[in-house]
Amino acid sequence: MPNWTLFGLAHGTATTDWPAAGPDAGQEGVLGMPRFAPEKCQSGCRECVEVCVTQALSIHPDDPARLNLDYGRCIACQLCVEACPTEALTASGNWAYAVRERADLHWQQALHTTEAKQLRNAVSRTFRSSLHIRHVDAGSCNGCESELQALNNPFYNLHRLGIFFTASPRFADLLLVTGSVTYAMREPLLAAYEAMAEPRWVLAAGTCAVSGGVAAGGYSSGQGLEGLLPVDVWLPGCPPNPAALIHALLVLLERAPPKVKGGRHE
Amino acid sequence: MNAARHAAVQPSDLRERCRQLLANGGSMHMAWAWFPKPGAPQVLYLAAEGPRAPLQVWRCDASNGSLPSLSTIAPSLSWYEREISDLCGVRFDGHPKPEPLVLQEGAAPVCPPLAPDYPPDSPMSFTRAPIQIPFVVGKDVQELPFGPVRADVMESAQFLFFYLGEHILHYQPRLFFKHRGMEKRFERLACGAGAVLAERVSGTGSVAHTLAYCQAVEQACGCAVPPRAQAVRVLLAELERLYNHLHYFGHLADTTTLKVGNAEGKWLEEKVKQLNGRLTGSRLLRNIVVPGGLRTDVTPPAGLSSSLESLREETAGYLAKLAETNSYLDRLITTGELTAAGAWEHGATGPVARASGIDQDLRRDHGYALYPQLRFPIPTRKAGDANARAQVRAEEILSSFGLIDEVLQTMPGGAIRNAPKPVPKAEGLGWAESPRGALFYAVHLDTDGRLARVKIGSPSFANWRVFQYTVRDSNMMDYAINEASFGLTVAGCDR
Repeated sequence: MPNWTLFGLAHGTATTDWPAAGPDAGQEGVLGMPRFAPEKCQSGCRECVEVCVTQALSIHPDDPARLNLDYGRCIACQLCVEACPTEALTASGNWAYAVRERADLHWQQALHTTEAKQLRNAVSRTFRSSLHIRHVDAGSCNGCESELQALNNPFYNLHRLGIFFTASPRFADLLLVTGSVTYAMREPLLAAYEAMAEPRWVLAAGTCAVSGGVAAGGYSSGQGLEGLLPVDVWLPGCPPNPAALIHALLVLLERAPPKVKGGRHE
Repeated sequence: MNAARHAAVQPSDLRERCRQLLANGGSMHMAWAWFPKPGAPQVLYLAAEGPRAPLQVWRCDASNGSLPSLSTIAPSLSWYEREISDLCGVRFDGHPKPEPLVLQEGAAPVCPPLAPDYPPDSPMSFTRAPIQIPFVVGKDVQELPFGPVRADVMESAQFLFFYLGEHILHYQPRLFFKHRGMEKRFERLACGAGAVLAERVSGTGSVAHTLAYCQAVEQACGCAVPPRAQAVRVLLAELERLYNHLHYFGHLADTTTLKVGNAEGKWLEEKVKQLNGRLTGSRLLRNIVVPGGLRTDVTPPAGLSSSLESLREETAGYLAKLAETNSYLDRLITTGELTAAGAWEHGATGPVARASGIDQDLRRDHGYALYPQLRFPIPTRKAGDANARAQVRAEEILSSFGLIDEVLQTMPGGAIRNAPKPVPKAEGLGWAESPRGALFYAVHLDTDGRLARVKIGSPSFANWRVFQYTVRDSNMMDYAINEASFGLTVAGCDR
């Protein structure tokens, strides 16, 4: 009969020091959202718009020479990067796209100098080092769940950050939603939110929860959380990797700043 | 669909033909419908005379909107027929359980959602209506509705239990809360873009889904894939099997309250996902496979073979340790028994079927990509319990390491893509042995060479239906272990 405790101890520490110390977020080589360099964009070219499955890229309604880029719809499929003839869109390792305002996922020609939005309910000190999450899958492909489940593996070990998943929405501070919100999951999702005590927060995790993603529209799929729940943090990604999820949780808790403003990753 | 034999079948001959096929040891894999002309649905059946016999496609016009049901002869078609009724409006006369399956009670689309005249991007009207399930009433019988929002990070699905003490009298899974209408999303897309969608049907089966989809398009368009792309496809498919099966053991250890076993399994899964990220840029191995080959080449970095070798040793040690842990084995042995006859009749697939003694695996039986040139064992067991399902997966993990090693040793050079030219009105059938079993894609192109209809026959759709038969008359405390031992996804089933 094997001694599992000794077996585990013999392996030593598997947990990363990131983000407190050390650079190893475990995402070496992982591609994120494409980087956009508008000065290289060739006017009148529609190559990227044609291949974009989720309409993250579109022609600007006011100016046909300009591109509209919404990272909230981007599934990081890299098709636009491959299609772009002038390298205006290039592959990047930028995956930490958590923002507090949905508008910050839209590429903006000029950066506005407005103050970063304060959280709807400022997260008090009490919650900053202890957060309980109720996850609701509102119609995902299971990719987001796969990465959420990874948060409790020995490498990320989410508990070390004082963040826990909980079964009952009554005990939860944060509703973490994945999926496009199908017609059948809409009611259970809203019921879970209603069951939560105040103060409560909402995180839209993954491009489907932000905008509907590849499933948006159609006869049974929704368009994500916009207009449905008061979202505090938006995190696009397909799926967001575990480090991006941790970063989003820390952004919510005001323990890390967002890295994206006006669609630009720092 | 040039890889399969085709036959037009008259509705009046359908039942007899099906009866004969099954009597001769054949099976019905799936059924789907599409609309070659508006208002004229056609139902297609995928059949085979035996596990290794050529696949057959039967076509049957449902010109007056109905066909005789085959579900009493071939129970594996029961859910497919109900799905066709819900989404394409074809009635199946004599179906033993004709109520809605994919659409929830109270969903009211203006016309069948997969019909060409369904208004684009308009949501169905929906007012939740009472559910239609058999209820169990009796002294001390308890009812437990569990879900659709379940404990921890889980996919949404609802399970209804009627039980007496620990004894489950009746169990009814209610799936399809996550039905996103993915098959409809393919319509009117170009073939290349469809690969990106296929990767996002069932996230932990991204490679298998896009592979089956791409092979269907390649067949439809008569396109030959270069050898290097074929080899890389096998590499990706086996890495996907690895991280899925390792996740499975971590989860199984969790349900048997083996905490270190859980942590170790999840840690090994994470190591493979990180390796996937370094190798392809995507932890779920997305954005590489495309009709005709690959979008970008995958160049194995120096030292990959040795890091895989140490991972293999670590994994083998972990699996051996599980196999001698009595507290874990006690919970698996005789849990959720599925007989060979039951698995065959109800169309079980993948490791679930192989653990019940059914020797089938698409990689060998209907070889694709580089598999026909590779030799690998197909493990089977006879016991059909949770332990047998785990043993089959354990051996598959070790076989995947072997396949990966062989592919890396013999990786051919050369082109990575031979882009297919869309052929108007062409049709194709593709398949892959996903980590969960047989996955089929049927593709119908329109007059412009764009996608007119894509059907996804997923292993979880087949196995969820089979799973319920192993729950009745079992114990409540074994339920979570039994469910974990099937290794199902909800997204793949619901689509």
